[in-house]
Amino acid sequence: MTTTTITPSPRPTTTIVPGVQRTLKNRVSIAETLSHTVTMAYRGLLKIKRTPEQLFDVTLQPIIFTLMFTYIFGGAIAGNVQNYLPIIIPGILVQTVITTSVVTGVQLREDMDKGVFDRFRSLPIARIAPLSGALLADTVRYLIATTLTITMGVIMGLRPAGGMGGVVAAALLVIVCSWAISWIFAFFGVIARTASSVQGISMLVLFPLTFLSNAFVPANTMPGWLQWFVNINPVSHLVTAVRDLMNNGTFGADAWISLLGAAVIVAIFAPLTVKAYMRKA
Amino acid sequence: MTYSASTSDWAVEADGLVKTFGTNRAVDGIDLRVATGTVYGVLGPNGAGKTTTISMLATLLKPDAGSARIFGHDVQRESQVVRQLIGVTGQYASVDETLSATENLVLFSRLLGLSSSQAKVKAHDLLEEFHLTDAAKRPLKNFSGGMRRRLDLAASLIAQPPLIFLDEPTTGLDPRTRMQMWDTIRRLVSTGSTVLLTTQYLDEADQLADRIAVIDRGRVVAEGTSNELKASVGESSLELRLADNRDLDDVRVAIERVLGVDPTVSPEAGRITAPMNNPDRVTELLVTLREEGIHLAELSVAKPTLDEVFLTLTGRGVDDAETENTAELEGSRA
Repeated sequence: MTTTTITPSPRPTTTIVPGVQRTLKNRVSIAETLSHTVTMAYRGLLKIKRTPEQLFDVTLQPIIFTLMFTYIFGGAIAGNVQNYLPIIIPGILVQTVITTSVVTGVQLREDMDKGVFDRFRSLPIARIAPLSGALLADTVRYLIATTLTITMGVIMGLRPAGGMGGVVAAALLVIVCSWAISWIFAFFGVIARTASSVQGISMLVLFPLTFLSNAFVPANTMPGWLQWFVNINPVSHLVTAVRDLMNNGTFGADAWISLLGAAVIVAIFAPLTVKAYMRKA
Repeated sequence: MTYSASTSDWAVEADGLVKTFGTNRAVDGIDLRVATGTVYGVLGPNGAGKTTTISMLATLLKPDAGSARIFGHDVQRESQVVRQLIGVTGQYASVDETLSATENLVLFSRLLGLSSSQAKVKAHDLLEEFHLTDAAKRPLKNFSGGMRRRLDLAASLIAQPPLIFLDEPTTGLDPRTRMQMWDTIRRLVSTGSTVLLTTQYLDEADQLADRIAVIDRGRVVAEGTSNELKASVGESSLELRLADNRDLDDVRVAIERVLGVDPTVSPEAGRITAPMNNPDRVTELLVTLREEGIHLAELSVAKPTLDEVFLTLTGRGVDDAETENTAELEGSRA
């Protein structure tokens, strides 16, 4: 038998320290909360590693959508595929990554229904850690979706005029905004009864938002009343901001509006989600 | 926060705990006192309120009324302190099925503040102690029921909590695995842990618990050592099946007269059951029956079962209690 000499094997021989002799505190510090969040995010990554099939949405969707939309709409909207790429890639990027954020809510619901959540709740850890950890782990999914969409575009002939800096900035902007939006779906995830209803509600919200935007088609081809909506749609601002960054390397008003929108969403939905979550947790 | 030593003799003090789900009072005023360093059994049928009670003591559920303290710390006001003192293993507080055994133990160790290398050592030690080393990397889907329970228990022991809640630790396990689980629990107690376990099996409470509370419909209906409880239902019971059902009344009268106890009659089965406080007198009863010309189809002696504890303590069988409460309780936990 192999022996480990790392510790003087405490378990079976040592007696347990009695409850009254322990130093205990009733609060979790911010440092501990961060550490718990990172550990929970690590759990999220392990789960992704264990079940790689749940990455289908962030791997296949960017590839298929990019191919499909570019070749279907390219000729009609921009004359040819080459001219359409700078318009469509930012559009698909935003649409794909935002759609990915729905998974946060769905998985959160599934997770909360599992027994392991009860164990988390019985541990002396930050109450918020399972939630914040899940949201943190999901940024990895956004990163994958972002990288694949941009790579797909480059393979098809996209040469971003904004340069490497512009592309990275655009990618970061999309990830930050999607992370903010994922709070909305996390909220649905916490309050919904089943995972499939989260999926349902979220898609109902997401479809009009991503399609009634300038992501695929310039807004000026639409009827006036629709243009009004498209122009105020935050997704349009994000798409425009990404185009500015990728194609011109400029960080303009739309980018600021997008960040402001993201901040507003987090300011509203983070407390709502946390409150609903704490009530259940 | 400091507390006087006088409150620390009790690992668990619960006063008038109440939890209502809709119209169902799942826990209806439960008082418990568990002394430090003992094993306390909470015995009751499905839906009696066992799991709900443990959930409240383990800070998983908020009581609607009443209060509880763990080593003197209030479960509601000092929930975070209480969580540092307890380990919870049950049908509900389980492990992450998507991760391997090692990954689970490392994850919980990290959450409990161990460093990355300490967590690995801890996971390794616990897996060895619970004979799970061979299965350390296997997906949990392929774990047997017994292996799952052991891993659950191992995960509760990372912080070496002085109080461990075991919610039906052996329900659904085969007899051999059940024995192993009992050994594990005994070993745990020898290290100084206090254990509060719930069970549906009198036998289990008998084997492990220093004191037992029998609960039914959210109330404690009896409390005491296993011997005290058994004395209240009779060490064993005498079961008679009659050749002719028309004799049932005569037999009942004979039992009341000779054994001095109140038998339970099941007319449909032609069966009559009586607590057997004094085996010597059974001979007398049999002689009496022969003298009266009553013929028996079958005679057996049964050890007390939970059913009889229940019949005696509540005047009702386990089945009634189960059908009334289970559905609602299960639904409300989701």
